[in-house]
Amino acid sequence: MLEIRHLRKTFGPLVAVDDVSFSVEPGQLVGLLGPNGAGKTTTVSIIAGLVAAERGDVLVGGKPMSGDTDPLKRKIGLVPQDLALYDELTAQDNLRFFGALYNLSGAALKSAMTSALTLVGLADRARERVKTFSGGMKRRLNLAAGLLHDPDVLLLDEPTVGVDPQSRNAIFDNLEELKRRGKALLYTTHYMEEAERLADRVVVIDRGKVVANDTLAGLYAGAGEKAGGRASLESVFLTLTGRSLRD
Amino acid sequence: MGITAFLAMVRKDLLLFLSDRRAVIVAFAVPVVIGSFIGSMTNGAGRGDEPLRIKVALADLDGSAISQAIVTGAQADKNLNVIVTSADDGRDQVRKGTVTVAVIIPKNFGDGAGRAFFRGSSVEKPELGVLSDPSRAVEVGMVRGILMQHVMESVSTAVFSGQSGSRFAADALTALESSQMPPDRKRLLKEMLTGVQRYYRESTPSSTTGGTGGVFSMPYVVREEEVTSGSRVPYNGYAHSFAGMGIQFLLFAALNMGVEMLVERQRGLWRRLRSAPVSRYMLLGARAASTTVISLATLLVSFGFAMIVFGVRIEGSVVGFAMVAVSCSMMAATFGLLVAALGRTPGTARGVSTLAVLVMVMLGGAWIPSFLFPKWVQAITVVVPVRWAVDGLDATTWRGLGLSSAVVPTLALLGFTAVFALITVTRFRWEEP
Repeated sequence: MLEIRHLRKTFGPLVAVDDVSFSVEPGQLVGLLGPNGAGKTTTVSIIAGLVAAERGDVLVGGKPMSGDTDPLKRKIGLVPQDLALYDELTAQDNLRFFGALYNLSGAALKSAMTSALTLVGLADRARERVKTFSGGMKRRLNLAAGLLHDPDVLLLDEPTVGVDPQSRNAIFDNLEELKRRGKALLYTTHYMEEAERLADRVVVIDRGKVVANDTLAGLYAGAGEKAGGRASLESVFLTLTGRSLRD
Repeated sequence: MGITAFLAMVRKDLLLFLSDRRAVIVAFAVPVVIGSFIGSMTNGAGRGDEPLRIKVALADLDGSAISQAIVTGAQADKNLNVIVTSADDGRDQVRKGTVTVAVIIPKNFGDGAGRAFFRGSSVEKPELGVLSDPSRAVEVGMVRGILMQHVMESVSTAVFSGQSGSRFAADALTALESSQMPPDRKRLLKEMLTGVQRYYRESTPSSTTGGTGGVFSMPYVVREEEVTSGSRVPYNGYAHSFAGMGIQFLLFAALNMGVEMLVERQRGLWRRLRSAPVSRYMLLGARAASTTVISLATLLVSFGFAMIVFGVRIEGSVVGFAMVAVSCSMMAATFGLLVAALGRTPGTARGVSTLAVLVMVMLGGAWIPSFLFPKWVQAITVVVPVRWAVDGLDATTWRGLGLSSAVVPTLALLGFTAVFALITVTRFRWEEP
């Protein structure tokens, strides 16, 4: 569903992404892991069309994506790391606005809003202003805004930062439901246990390059063989990216 | 696809604006309050009120008929508020700023002025003391001119009146005998002074009262007329003050929208907007459209209040007024985009652009008339959009001019709109590391 081929992007002397390639299939959640500044967010930004790659392609359903107004962007939903919501508006006004950006209107928009709000458990709070929501509720609404237009690919950039265990668990349930519906999910996170619970494959990126791309079992097996014992995703990650602190 | 997203973005901006109570108050209520205050200060006699009188202290140390006539004339002048006092008190009041000017008529001023009238530089002229507040140069100039009128009227009346006129003429004749003037000129002057004496002796036996019998008087009367939209339409100072304040606060509203865009960038909202299949021009265009609507509403609410409460009218072209108002709002909207394009953080952008707005409205004549500025400052106001907006709104409201008077200001404002938009498009940061 989503295929990334040889992406490269620099910001001045900084090589943010260098020859990154991987793919996400329908009904699959790929965890994109990496230390701070590894190039995860830049990769997601390129896929979402926020940043233009200098080289490489982003293919959605086998078709290359290009330009701000490419209709293929309708097949992608972005759930940014920040709570990208208008606090002064109600939940339904937020969704009505984000839905209209994807040309949703009338009954289709209403149905999409109801469906998204129901999925994230906020249907009964639709008329309340977002500023009255807790952090966890905002995170769930942030997710709802990303999947409102029923995209085939969902890009989730650290969607559980700063939420309580209950809300995190609810978001996990939502993501598993989306997987069951056949969505392709790309999930960036620093939390290894989240990737262990959700990911079908893990792509580890460091200093702009892909350093691992395998299933969890494959990663454990490879690292276990090297370490001579039972591995965790965190130990695999540290083995791959090193223990030195990053900026 | 386009129009649904475009309208949604405009609607969202309007909802956000209306949901921020402080922004609404600043945009609508504050210009009304400040415009009302400034208008009340500058309205003058436009609504039949008393004109602003300049406060003057007058000390008459002479007590002669001439000096008393000067005092009486000044007291009757509609432009002066005269307080008769002592010389020391007059100086003290100027120092304290309670009066603009203190005029001291010295002892023997009347005699000296009468003698000097006929004998010119051959006698020492009496000095009229004028003590002035240096911070109020314009008012001092006005007082000087008004005073000259009353002094000349009083002195000329006295020297051409029967008793005192004869005496001044006799003194002048006596002095003429001993002067070194060429004989032919001396003869002519003697004939004139003798004629003056004979005129009063023979024609006005009752001239001891000092009348001039209607022969000698000021050679003109002044008919004042305020040139506004019509001969019977008084100047309404609120029209200018509400134009100035309306423009100032629509610029503030636009500035606020620009800063909000930077806040949206910080909060990640811009990433979500950019991820939608919407063009960059539409993102900026929708923001410009919503800001134009808010700016126009700000201006129209201000003028609407001024029309209902203070009787301001669009005395000139309504279409011209609309052209200027819309182009001014578009200029403000692109100014807001410029703030978003050039600003790095919301805090610094707000500080710098607030200063820019204040400078623009000051130079544009929104606070004080631009004719008070030095010439070089007046020259540079052509590059200040506010100046064109104020000119256009003044022209179509209280000046009562036609559509043609709005064309140049409108074109100038659209020119600024184009420049601001061009800079925005070329400098807007679409990608961030």
